[in-house]
Amino acid sequence: MEKFTTLTAIAAPLPEANIDTDKIIPARFLKTTKRTGLGIHAFDGMRYRPDGSENPDFVLNREPYRKAEILVTHENFGCGSSREHAPWALLDFGIRCVIAPSFADIFFNNSFKNGILPIRLPREVCDALMEDATQGSNSRITVDLARQVVIRPDGQEVGFEIDPLRKRLLLEGLDDIGQTLKQVGAIEIFEAKRKKEEPWFPAIAL
Amino acid sequence: MSPRTLFDKIWDNHVVDTLEDGTAILYIDRHLLHEVTSPQAFEGLRLAGRKLRHPENTIAVVDHNVPTSDRTKPIEEPESRNQIETLERNVKEFGVPYFPLLSANQGIVHVVGPEQGISLPGMTIVCGDSHTSTHGAMGALAFGIGTSEVEHVMATQTILQKPAKNMKIAVEGQLTPGVTAKDVVLAIIGKIGTAGGTGHVIEFCGSAIRGLDMAGRMTVCNMAIEGGARAGLIAPDETTFAYVKGRRFAPKGEGFDEAVAYWKTLAADEGAVYDTEITLRAEDIEPCLTWGTSPETVLPINGTVPDPANEADEAKRAQLVRMLEYMDLKAGQKIAGTPVDVVFIGSCTNSRIEDLRAAASIAAGRKVAEGVRAMIVPGSGLVKAQAEEEGLDRVFLDAGFEWREAGCSMCLGMNPDKLTPGQRCASTSNRNFEGRQGPGGRTHLLSPAMAAAAAVTGMLTDARELTN
Ligand code: SF4
Repeated sequence: MEKFTTLTAIAAPLPEANIDTDKIIPARFLKTTKRTGLGIHAFDGMRYRPDGSENPDFVLNREPYRKAEILVTHENFGCGSSREHAPWALLDFGIRCVIAPSFADIFFNNSFKNGILPIRLPREVCDALMEDATQGSNSRITVDLARQVVIRPDGQEVGFEIDPLRKRLLLEGLDDIGQTLKQVGAIEIFEAKRKKEEPWFPAIAL
Repeated sequence: MSPRTLFDKIWDNHVVDTLEDGTAILYIDRHLLHEVTSPQAFEGLRLAGRKLRHPENTIAVVDHNVPTSDRTKPIEEPESRNQIETLERNVKEFGVPYFPLLSANQGIVHVVGPEQGISLPGMTIVCGDSHTSTHGAMGALAFGIGTSEVEHVMATQTILQKPAKNMKIAVEGQLTPGVTAKDVVLAIIGKIGTAGGTGHVIEFCGSAIRGLDMAGRMTVCNMAIEGGARAGLIAPDETTFAYVKGRRFAPKGEGFDEAVAYWKTLAADEGAVYDTEITLRAEDIEPCLTWGTSPETVLPINGTVPDPANEADEAKRAQLVRMLEYMDLKAGQKIAGTPVDVVFIGSCTNSRIEDLRAAASIAAGRKVAEGVRAMIVPGSGLVKAQAEEEGLDRVFLDAGFEWREAGCSMCLGMNPDKLTPGQRCASTSNRNFEGRQGPGGRTHLLSPAMAAAAAVTGMLTDARELTN
């Protein structure tokens, strides 16, 4: 996983609530067995017309937003299915950070596991950042994870909250399986206790 | 110890360790796999040289991609075939129990788990699929996870999680005749909205919930995720134990009695505190359905489509206008009487034998309306066999329904069962997002009885008008 430290990039405005994972990546693109290559289908229904041509009204089809690495959006981003293809598609497009007043739980979790930083900020702050994001080539926003601040184009800083553990894993680009496997002793103790207390616990043997 | 909720108890029973920031390493009892969200996880294990810690607590099925027509023929779609073949290679290499496509036990993962006794009360159950919440009906803590987490569970039999908040939704009283579990859960989502449960695990309780059979409870918990919750839960009781008893992988003999004694301790303690509490009166719930492209756009069947002009928030107003346009409906129009093109009875929400019986009772002696395509897709091979034993297949076939093989099918249209642009579908599934059942398709979520009523009348109809 790629580290996330500081990011200065174009922020794209997506002023819509409840953008679900079917919008981020429709089910028909889930037939891959790889994590990469989904970027061209990100926001497929909004991005392309029925004949397959680009919809010029969609923000990510316009300059400078084709190179956006930050999305600013409204409430409940990423609701719907648990598909990790949603963060994969965003990442493959180039998005490393999503800023919104709220996120759906599973999407929020999945983002961290892929080096995408979801930032929750109050609606008024998101509205101000949305305004920044509409300034075309002046829509560059900086996110400094170590200091936990978003820096607006005018230099104003806005603080955000993040779990310390998640922050550390992102900063170091660490995979959490390796982390957990360090605790294998505790897992073994748990399993031994379980075996004693719930001897009836059935295994699935076909 | 202070009084605990059902969620608190299951959680406490599974914490292996707690990390510096309060994140728990939570032990996982059952891991369910399907072909869409597992390939990248197996690939990750392979690259890191890791194995599954407990393949015997894992089960794999194929459901999302599978054709629901003749299965003796090869799968036509190359990408679907590839995903299915990839799963078959993976389960073999990693030693995971698996119900293959041609097995009588194959079916939708959330139908298969409870029906085989794989999902049991008190367990933690995960799957790379958001509707894992279904298994909460067993009194298990069950939730959907992403593919990275699937890999984490494979390698460690644990998951990293922060405790959720507790939400209690009580439905008190008696449902009126013709009102089903689907109507109850739609009414709940209509009330709390699609983000109402964010960060919470919802415990459904109250006399109307206790009065539901297991299939109904699964319908309710299935859609907890549509209310934004991480999981839905219903305390295990005699209905649960009777359902579990004798199932293939359930504990047997003395082991079963011991298990029941333990399961009985799981109900919330007197005085347990919930972060959020909501109560609905069962008598107020009517047969309902969705009109828009979000599961919270719920209307009673005798209701009228809302007028965006009454919405104060500009962004929300724009969204309502967009929904009306997408769904080709007019503000203020009556929803009943809207003609449908397709009827889909299936999905992990409503494809169990009880659902098929409810649909058959409306279909019996009637005919699918001219020009309507109506399909029945049982949730599993076992459901299909049971229905055939009861003669339900004949009822449906005589009425002009298609009688298909088990799978997710038109719930998400990853297989050939898709809506074409502009088609309107009465569907017993759980999501009505734009394009969910096929690009440009229009979905109304409703109960099996109402779906059958739509099939035979050719329009959205109050199923109570067809029963006497
Ligand atoms: S039936 Fe639909 S909701 Fe259920 S698991 Fe399949 S695709 Fe998901």
